[in-house]
This record gives sequence, structure tokens and C-alpha cells, in this order.
Amino acid sequence: MIKLNINNKNYELDIDPDTPLLWVLRDIIGLVGTKYGCGVAQCGACVVHLNGEAVRSCVTKISRAAGQNVITIEGLSENNDHPLQKAWVELDVVQCGYCQAGQIMSAAVLLRENKNPTDKDIELAMEGNICRCGTYLRIKKAIHLAAEMQRNGS
Amino acid sequence: MEIKPGKKRLNIRHAKFAIIIIFIVTVSGLLTSGFRSNTSHEKAWVVEVNNKDSIASVDAFMKVYQVLKSPRCMNCHPAGDIPLQGDDSHLHTMSPIRGKDGKGVYAMKCSNCHQPNNSAGLNTPPGNPKWALPPEDMKMVFEGKSPRELALQIMDYKRNGHKNKAQLLEHARDTLVKAGWNMGAGRKPPPLSYKEFVAAWDKWNNNGGVAPK
Repeated sequence: MIKLNINNKNYELDIDPDTPLLWVLRDIIGLVGTKYGCGVAQCGACVVHLNGEAVRSCVTKISRAAGQNVITIEGLSENNDHPLQKAWVELDVVQCGYCQAGQIMSAAVLLRENKNPTDKDIELAMEGNICRCGTYLRIKKAIHLAAEMQRNGS
Repeated sequence: MEIKPGKKRLNIRHAKFAIIIIFIVTVSGLLTSGFRSNTSHEKAWVVEVNNKDSIASVDAFMKVYQVLKSPRCMNCHPAGDIPLQGDDSHLHTMSPIRGKDGKGVYAMKCSNCHQPNNSAGLNTPPGNPKWALPPEDMKMVFEGKSPRELALQIMDYKRNGHKNKAQLLEHARDTLVKAGWNMGAGRKPPPLSYKEFVAAWDKWNNNGGVAPK
């Protein structure tokens, strides 16, 4: 039996410890905001927070998450009002949207550790998140806007 | 040139004096060493001399060097701040950077992809709980180093991660070093077996850690 906390809710799962965290989130818990992209930690679509770090859930076995705290895009904020989510909406960042949950979860770690990131900081943090639609420029603008919102407390 | 009689007498006198001094010094040296008790300090000195074999040490290091320069070791000891990847040691895709502690930055920390164990499948992220580059203030670069440069770097306490001889010997047994021989599918192992590497590493260190010319 594996116990873990997902989005501030406790779960006990009778499951193979080698099962990827991504499959647990999507197929067992039903949190489908996190997406399957490449399955080999190359694209970033499946990024969730494990104890605050932006892990790739496709290669993270559920055994690693045992007893730990997981936050998915559904749990990033209570009312979809994280500065990043607001900035994303305001700048209409999304095109197809498939990679965006992973993009936002990676950006959230950046903004937690760096309240006023430069373009270079954003590039360093987001290099591992691929967007096939090429929304990179809007992502960068939205992260700057979210940082500003965060600094202003809005 | 004519030699003046006075000058010649002076030279002979000097020579006689020098021979007497050398005789006294030699005899007193032999006598004192012969009667000196065999102290532990002296034993240690003798052991140290006997254990140093610079030819064997250099020979062993050249084996060690082949391993250190193999992609399995060198890829995480790059000249720049981005790790290398693959048997051709290309720059790591996604360009993750070293960061202050060697464990990456922001959403690009090593352990976000590199799990405690290897991931299944061809060319998936290899894993180890300690996965990291050397830290920013002690980069311990292997890439581009000649055998002499690398040997001197490893033997230099100020550039080797502050390791003394015992810690250097221990380092070859580190689980992250050992992981170089278990890097997952699609990656060529180092040219020596792990056992051969440790033997060569020990031999190099125990024979004085001599750097090749």
C-alpha cells in the first residue's frame, strides 16, 4: 500500500511501486490536466511538483512519491488564480494547449525561487518544456507579467 | 704558467684539511646511525620510500585516464556549465546548467528527470540518488585535460573537492562513480571493468599518485 498526498488530499493506493506517477494521476486519481507527451522525460508535458520540485511524472515511479506531497496543475491554486494562470489568460498564451500544464508548473518553480526573473533566467528554467505550437515568446511575456503580478500582490 | 711554490703549499694544505673533514663527517654519521634506536618515525620513512614506484604509478594512471576520459565519466565533468550526453559527448539536450551546487536550477534540476535508479528503455534518463555535476566553486573538469593535467588536478587538494589520500581511495568506491558501469541501455561502458578501474586507481594512489610527464 502506497500512501501519498496529492493536491492536499491523502491517498492510499494498492499499486505496483514501479507504476509511473503520471499514470496514477491520470488513470487512477482522474487528474487529467497533466499530459503524456514523450514518456521519456524529454518534453516536459507531464511536469508536476513533488515536494515543490518540477519532476517529470512520466519517469517518476510512484514509489518515489510515497509519503510525499504532489501538486498538479489542478492544485496549483484554489480558484485558478495563480499569477501564472492569470497572466496566461490575459496574454492568451495557449494555442493547442497540450504542453501548457507542464509549462505553467515549471514556471511556478522559477517564480518561487526568483521573484524577478530576466529573459535569461526564464530561458534557463523553461529549456526543458517543448511547445510544438511555438508559443515560447508569449510564454516568456506571461512569466514576466506573472512575476510582476506576484510582486504587486495581485 | 708557472706555479709559485707558496701557492702550491697552500693548495696541498687545503686538500688535506678537506679530506680530514670529510673523514670525520662520514665516520660520525656511520657511528650515530648504527647506534640509533629504530624509532617508529624512521620506520614510517622507510615504508614510504619503499611504496613509491613512479613507473608503476604512472602506468596505473594511464589506465585510470582512459576511464576518466570515457563519456560515462567525462560527460558530467564538462569544460563548460552544460553536461554532455551520449557516447559522442554532445551537449545535453535541453541545455540544463550546472547551478551553484551542481544540481541544476529552477525547473531544470538534475533529479527532476534523473531518478534514483535508471529509467527503463533505450536512452531514457540514467539514474542515481546523487546525480549532479561538480559544484560551481569546484568544477573538477575532465574534458580537454591531458593525462598530466588531470593527474595533477586530482592530486591537488584545492582542486579535487578537498580530498586527502584516504578520501581519494574511497571516492573510487562512491556509488555515483560505480554507476558509470550501469548507465542503462544504449550507453557504452568505460573501457576497463569497474574492478580493473579500482585496482588501477588504488595502484596509482598507493604508489605516490605520480603525474605522467
